[in-house]
Amino acid sequence: MKTVNHRDVGAGLLYVVLGLAFTIGASGYRMGTAARMGPGYFPFWLGVILTVIGAVVIFNAVRSRVAAEPMERWSMRGLLTVLACVVAFGFLLPHAGLIVSVLFLVIGVSFAGPDFSWRVALATAAVLLALTLALFVWLLDLQFTIWPPFATF
Amino acid sequence: MELLDHLALGFSTALSFNNLFYAFLGSVLGTLIGVLPGLGPLATISMLLPFTFGLDPLEALIMLAGIYYGAAYGGSTTAILVNLPGETSSVVTVIDGHQMARQGRAGVALATAALGSFFAGCVGTFILAAFAAPLTQLAFSFGPAEYFSLMAMGLVGAVSLASGPLIKSIGMIVLGLLLGLVGTDVASGAMRYTFGLPQLWDGIDFVVIAVGIFAFGEVITSLERKEIRDALSSPITRLWPSWQDFKDMAPAVLRGSAIGSLVGVLPGAGLSLASFFAYSLEKKTSRTPERFGKGAIQGVAGPEAANNAAAQTAFIPTLTLGIPGSATMALMLGAMIVHNIQPGPQVMTTNPTLFWGLIASMWIGNLMLVILNLPLVGIWVKLLSVPFRVLFPAIILFCCIGVYSVQNSIFDIYLAAGFGLFGYVLHKLHCEPAPLMLGFVLGPMIEENFRRALVLSKGDFSVFVTRPISAVLLAITAILLIMVAIPAIRSRRQEAFEE
Repeated sequence: MKTVNHRDVGAGLLYVVLGLAFTIGASGYRMGTAARMGPGYFPFWLGVILTVIGAVVIFNAVRSRVAAEPMERWSMRGLLTVLACVVAFGFLLPHAGLIVSVLFLVIGVSFAGPDFSWRVALATAAVLLALTLALFVWLLDLQFTIWPPFATF
Repeated sequence: MELLDHLALGFSTALSFNNLFYAFLGSVLGTLIGVLPGLGPLATISMLLPFTFGLDPLEALIMLAGIYYGAAYGGSTTAILVNLPGETSSVVTVIDGHQMARQGRAGVALATAALGSFFAGCVGTFILAAFAAPLTQLAFSFGPAEYFSLMAMGLVGAVSLASGPLIKSIGMIVLGLLLGLVGTDVASGAMRYTFGLPQLWDGIDFVVIAVGIFAFGEVITSLERKEIRDALSSPITRLWPSWQDFKDMAPAVLRGSAIGSLVGVLPGAGLSLASFFAYSLEKKTSRTPERFGKGAIQGVAGPEAANNAAAQTAFIPTLTLGIPGSATMALMLGAMIVHNIQPGPQVMTTNPTLFWGLIASMWIGNLMLVILNLPLVGIWVKLLSVPFRVLFPAIILFCCIGVYSVQNSIFDIYLAAGFGLFGYVLHKLHCEPAPLMLGFVLGPMIEENFRRALVLSKGDFSVFVTRPISAVLLAITAILLIMVAIPAIRSRRQEAFEE
């Protein structure tokens, strides 16, 4: 069974979309001439090149049919859990302080890992919190809000 | 001898207590993180980068160099013990190294890798020191046209020597170049692609992209792999190779060092190419080729020596010309820029202490790895048995804190998460992310030189081919492109990589 190389079609589409986006963006800047280039000149042509490359990748993928490979599984669970926790960490850091953010992040991402257990997750979080405080706050002296603002002693 | 004076200056700098300490710290941290399976050197370096930014430039660079070797060495340890190459350059080490481990010779394999790497590191450092001065002289005669062509050659060279479809990799470079342009345009002061966000005025921080694409990307990808680990449980009994082992490995180490030093200077996948070359050379020249793949010590010694020599000489273009040949070197270059050192020929003259101190500490870093790793091998083995579900939250946490600490910016954390998603998509589409990093770091430089060359020539594009050095560089670029594009060579290149 021969089929189109989905991966390359996807990659080509990605290039075309991003290439066009950069080109369109660049056309809003002053182009200038080759001798006196404006800020738009270089990105405009790079965007065009990327678009062309994307088109070639798609063309190749459609033309040369390869043996059908099952598309790899997209594990949305790991991806979304990790990204959501990272974003939440960023949000919590200034509002709830370092301690809450670290605990939330570590326990949160643990859900994405293999065989989750509360005991392991809590223990990991405790150890990592201690490490973070020792290394980054005490040793490297990075500036963080440590306690939640409403609980400042 | 001028070279000896330089090295003396370097060693007197590097041997200060502080610098030794940072070399030590870097090597330990690099090995510690590098040993973790599923985390290659790129991810390791991205994760540890931000924590060096608070140091003095020289201390930071010394520590980074330590991290770089440590990560590479840690990768070999994982390859030998777990049968899992952490990076492309240890793919061949896996073949015989893990076989040796299964025959109960894990200790000997690790020692061989360490000793071979150390010897090769010495050779590489010496070559780096010897060639730095003349190359720097050459670089001073370069104008913007030459720099543009040199970077073009570096970028094309990087992908043509690497595996993966050429056209997709070139796409990744172009995308990287474009991402590098985000922020304030230096020449005109115009904001480009900032979407009105003040956080983007200075461009995207390279740590954000590196952590997002490499560290987050790799962690998320390994989350979906079913854990198939063939980890070694038996304790390591004997470390020191026997006399016969020494006799077997010595010529392989010599050949590996020579190949590695040569290949490392080339832009691109110097490290992995060096180890592939060394492995096939050992196999071809061996009187007992049938032992390869079944735990031949030469199969460990040659490639390990080669990739360490290459790791060393890869610094030559980065330090003398300011042009990184690989994504890892691009990270080192980015780190130098953070410390207000514009890498290039002027570093050696304006800041000789830094330049030679760094070179000397590379040698010291190599020595430390041998001293550290052989006795501490037991600890690394233990670390391998730490379950992934405990490790990956730690990696993610340290990445987040690192990204935040660069500019105390919450926005950077969000941006890194975005690049994590992007990195995952790239992985699914089989787009190699390393060329993107290379393009990203070179983007602003290549634009600046392109512009300046055309200003000087009053808009005449022929400047790139009428200046002799530039023309030669572009010709090499074109030849590389053609060579890879021709199907006959392409299929042979594929075979070489599959082998």
